[in-house]
Amino acid sequence: MATSPRDSQLKFEPWTDPEAQPYVRIDRVTKKFGDFIAVDDVSLGIYKKEIFCLLGASGCGKTTLLRMLAGFERPTAGRIYIDGVDMTDIPPYERPVNMMFQSYALFPHMTVEQNVAFGLKQDRISKPEIAKRVTEMLELVKLGQFAKRKPHQLSGGQRQRVALARALVKKPKLLLLDEPLAALDKKLREHTQFELINIQETLGVTFIVVTHDQEEAMTLSSRIGLMNHGEIVQVGTPTEIYEYPNSRFVSEFIGSVNIFEGRLIEDEPSYVRIESDDLERPIFVDHGVSSAPGATVWAAIRPEKMLMSREKPEGQDNWTPATVRDIAYMGDLSIYLLRLASGKVVRVTQPNVYRHADERITWDEQVYLHWDPSSPVVVTK
Amino acid sequence: MIGRVLHRLGLDGRTAVIAVPYLWLLMFFLVPFVIVLKISFSDAQISMPPYQPLLHWVSEKALQIQLNFGNFAFLVEDNLYWKAYLNSIWVAGVSTLLCLLIGYPMAYAIARSQSSTRNILLLLVILPFWTSFLLRVYAWIGILKNNGLINNTLMALGVIDQPIQMLQTDFAVYVGIVYSYLPFMILPLYANLEKLDLTLLEAAADLGCRPWKSFLKVTLPLSLPGIIAGCLLVFIPAVGEFVIPALLGDPGMLMIGKVLWTEFFNNRDWPVASAVAIALLLFLVIPIMFFQRAQDAEAGGGAHR
Amino acid sequence: MMHGRPWFRVLALVLGFAFLYVPIISLVVFSFNESRLVTVWGGFSTKWYGALIQNQQILDAAWLSLKVAAVSATLAVVLGTFAGMILARFGPFRGRTLLSGMTTAPLVMPEVITGLSLLLLFVTLEQLIGWPAGRGMTTIIIAHVTFAMAFVTVVVQSRLAQVDESLEEAAQDLGARPAKVFFLITLPIIFPALLSGWLLAFTLSLDDLVIASFVAGPGSSTLPMVVFSKVRLGVSPDINALATILVAVVAVGVVVAGIAMSRQQKLRDRDAQMALAANQQMIESLKKG
Repeated sequence: MATSPRDSQLKFEPWTDPEAQPYVRIDRVTKKFGDFIAVDDVSLGIYKKEIFCLLGASGCGKTTLLRMLAGFERPTAGRIYIDGVDMTDIPPYERPVNMMFQSYALFPHMTVEQNVAFGLKQDRISKPEIAKRVTEMLELVKLGQFAKRKPHQLSGGQRQRVALARALVKKPKLLLLDEPLAALDKKLREHTQFELINIQETLGVTFIVVTHDQEEAMTLSSRIGLMNHGEIVQVGTPTEIYEYPNSRFVSEFIGSVNIFEGRLIEDEPSYVRIESDDLERPIFVDHGVSSAPGATVWAAIRPEKMLMSREKPEGQDNWTPATVRDIAYMGDLSIYLLRLASGKVVRVTQPNVYRHADERITWDEQVYLHWDPSSPVVVTK
Repeated sequence: MIGRVLHRLGLDGRTAVIAVPYLWLLMFFLVPFVIVLKISFSDAQISMPPYQPLLHWVSEKALQIQLNFGNFAFLVEDNLYWKAYLNSIWVAGVSTLLCLLIGYPMAYAIARSQSSTRNILLLLVILPFWTSFLLRVYAWIGILKNNGLINNTLMALGVIDQPIQMLQTDFAVYVGIVYSYLPFMILPLYANLEKLDLTLLEAAADLGCRPWKSFLKVTLPLSLPGIIAGCLLVFIPAVGEFVIPALLGDPGMLMIGKVLWTEFFNNRDWPVASAVAIALLLFLVIPIMFFQRAQDAEAGGGAHR
Repeated sequence: MMHGRPWFRVLALVLGFAFLYVPIISLVVFSFNESRLVTVWGGFSTKWYGALIQNQQILDAAWLSLKVAAVSATLAVVLGTFAGMILARFGPFRGRTLLSGMTTAPLVMPEVITGLSLLLLFVTLEQLIGWPAGRGMTTIIIAHVTFAMAFVTVVVQSRLAQVDESLEEAAQDLGARPAKVFFLITLPIIFPALLSGWLLAFTLSLDDLVIASFVAGPGSSTLPMVVFSKVRLGVSPDINALATILVAVVAVGVVVAGIAMSRQQKLRDRDAQMALAANQQMIESLKKG
C-alpha cells in the first residue's frame, strides 16, 4: 500500500495545461458493423504517461475503441493519431502500440522467455540484446525463475504477468490493456492493481485500460472515460467523475446514489433551491446551476453524504424524517435503507463508529436525514 | 519478395491465398460438372471419346450448338432408370434409419462412459474405418454366402438343414451399407452427445422426469443436429453407392450407382451415363445443401468481423 | 450421474462392437485357413501369405497405390490447410459461399459422380490442350487430392475454431506480418490436426475404388481395382491375407496413437499440477507482502 502520496500523483495533470498536446488523439471516430453503431463519433485526447480507463457496461463500445487503437478494426469514419502520426490505416504489426489481451493470448508452444522475446525477434534485434531485455523485464514482473516454463505450467496470475512483460518489452508508445484484472481472484486483483501502477510509473509508458469494473477504474486511472452506447459520456479524474457527475447516468453508474427529481424554485448564481415531491422541505444547494427556471432537475446525493440523527435539525432545507427499513451490516460500515413519507427509499452508508450494537440506529427507528448544502450534485439530464 | 510480385499483379496476399484452393476446386470440382452436363446433351458414337461434340463449326463464323435432350427423355421413358432411382433412395433411406437405430445407442453409451474408457472406445469405433472399405465388404461375402460363416454355424448347430440364401439379396446390401457407414453415423452423433450438459438431465430428474422421459424430452431434441449430420453423411453417398450392391447384391438389383457404372463401362454410353449423373445430382442438391447448412452451423459460421 | 440403466449401455456397446468386428476377425482367421474354401476350416496354414507375396500384379498395384496415396495426401493437406484457414479466419468475402460449398460437397458426393465428372474433364482437357496425356498416376492423384482436401478442410477448420484468435492477433500486435503469424504461431499449434488430416487423406486414397476405376489408365491399376476384379469372382484367401496385413498395420497404428494420447494426457496433468503449485507459491509470497 502507498505510504505517502507520490509527487507524480500529486502533480500529474497534463490535461489542465493549455499548452499540452495529447499524445493519443482520437478524432471523431465512428465504427459501424452493418447497421449497428458500436462507436459513435468519439473524440478523445490522452496525454503521455497517463493511465486512462475506458469504463462502461458490456456492449458500450469500449473494446471496439481499444481494438481500433491497436489496429484490429478500421474506423468507419474519423482518424487516430499517436504521437502526432496518423495511424488510422496502419496495420497492427506496424504500430508502436502493444496490447495485453483479456485471455492473455500466450503462445502455448513457446516458453515464457520465448513468448516475451517474440516481439523483439520481429524487430530483428540482436540476440544478446534480446536476452538482456527479456531478463530485465522478467525481473520486473517477478517471474525470473519461471523463464523456461510453458504457459500451461503457470498459474493465472503468472500468465498475466507474462502477457504484461511481453507487451512492455518492446517499449511501446502506448500499451492497451483489455480487462487486465478480470480473470484474477479478489486478493490477487488488489495486489496486482498497485503493481500495475508501479510498473507504469517505473517505465513511463502511456496506458489505456478497458474495464467494466468501477473499482478497478477508480484505483488505476489518472482519468476515466465513461462510455455508454458508443459515446463518451464524461471524461474526468476519478474524483471528478464521482463527485461531479454530469448526468444521471454517470452518477448512477459509479457507486451508489440517491436521486431526487424536482423543480427549480429559486435559481441564483450562487445557490439554488429545488422542490421535490419526495421531500417535504426543499433542497438547498450552495452552487449555481445552468438551467431554465421551472425546469426539471435531479439532485444526486451520495449515501455517505447523507447523515442520520435522532434530533430534529434546525433550518428550512436539506432535511427530512425517515424510517429505517433495512440494515446491511458490512463490518466496517453499515448500509441503511430508509423509507420517506412519500414512499421513496433512500440509501445511507455510515461507518460503524460504535462497537456496541445498542448504541447504533436500528430497524424501524424514526430518524432525521440531513445533508450539507455542498453535498447534492444537480444534473440536468 | 513474393509480396512485391503479387503487388505488381494488383493482388494482395489475401486474394492470392484464397485463389489457390479456389482455382483448384473450380478446375477439378466445378468445371467437371459443367462438362458432364454438356455431354449429357450429346449423342453416343463409336469414337474416342465416344460422344459427339456439341458445337459444330458450320462455316467460318457460325457456330452451331446441338442439344440432344433425348438422353433425358430416355431416362424418363425407360422403366429401368426411374425404378433404379426410387429403389436407391429407398435402400439408402432404410439403411440410414437402421444405421441410426444401431449407431445412436452406441454413440450415447460412449459419450456417457468414463473418460478413460471413452478414448479407447472411440479408437475402437474408428479402427474399422481406417481399414479398407472394400475389404470389409468382401468380408461379408465370406460370412453371408451359402457355405459361409453364418450358414455353416447354423447348420453345424442343427438350427437349419438347408443354407439360407443371404448373399446376392437385398438383405445383404442393407447389411453392407449399414456396416460400412456406421462410423459415419456414430462420430457426428458422439460429437454432439459429448457436449450435452448432464446437469440438464439432473434438472429434469429433479423436476420429476423419469429417465426415459428425460431422454425423449431433453437428450433427443438436443442431439438433433448430430442426428441430421449423421443421417446426411450416410444417406447422400449411399444413394449413389456402387461397390456394395455390386459385390453383395443380386445382379439384377436396381441401384443407380450400378446403373451409371454399367452405362459407362459396359455399354460405353457416356452421354447416358452423364444424364444419369446429372439427374442424380439434381436430386441430391437439396440434401447436400442441408448438409452444408448443418456443417456451417457446427463450425459456428466462421464468418466474423 | 449414472442415469438410466447401465446394462442397456453396456449391451449396446457389446452388440455394436461385435457387429463391427466379427467380419474383420473372420477375415483374419480365415487367412490362416489351409483350405481354399475360405469359410470351411481345413487347418492352419500361412501359405496364402506366400502366394500373396509372389503375386506380382498385387505387388505392383500396392506400390502404385502407396505412391499415389502419399503424394495425394501431401497435396491434399496443403490445399486443405489453405481452405481451412480461409474459411475459419478470413471472414466474409465475395465467393465465400461457393468455396464453402465446394469444400463440403465432396464429403458426401457419390463417388460414381465424382469419378465420371473427373474422367470427362481429363478427356476434354486432353482434346483441348493435350494435357493430361492419357490417364495414369497423374490423373488419379489429381482426383484423390480433390476429394481428400475436403476432409482435410473440415479437420483444419474445426481445429482452428478451437484456437483462440487472440493468439494470432497478439502475434500481429507484436510485429509479425500475417504470413509469419501463420508459420510461427498457427501452424505449430494446429500441427497434430494436419497430421491426422494427412493420415485421413492417405487412407481415403489408398482405399478408393470407384474414382480410380474411372480415371486410371490402362497401365495403372491401383490395389483396390485389382482386389475388386478378384473378389467379383468370389472369395479368395490371398485377399484375406492382404486384409490381415492391413488390419495388423492399422491396429499397430491405432495402438501407437492410443499410447501417444495417454502420454500426452499424463503430461497435461503434470503441467496442471505445476500450475496449481505455482499458484500456491504466489499466494504465499503475497501474504508476506
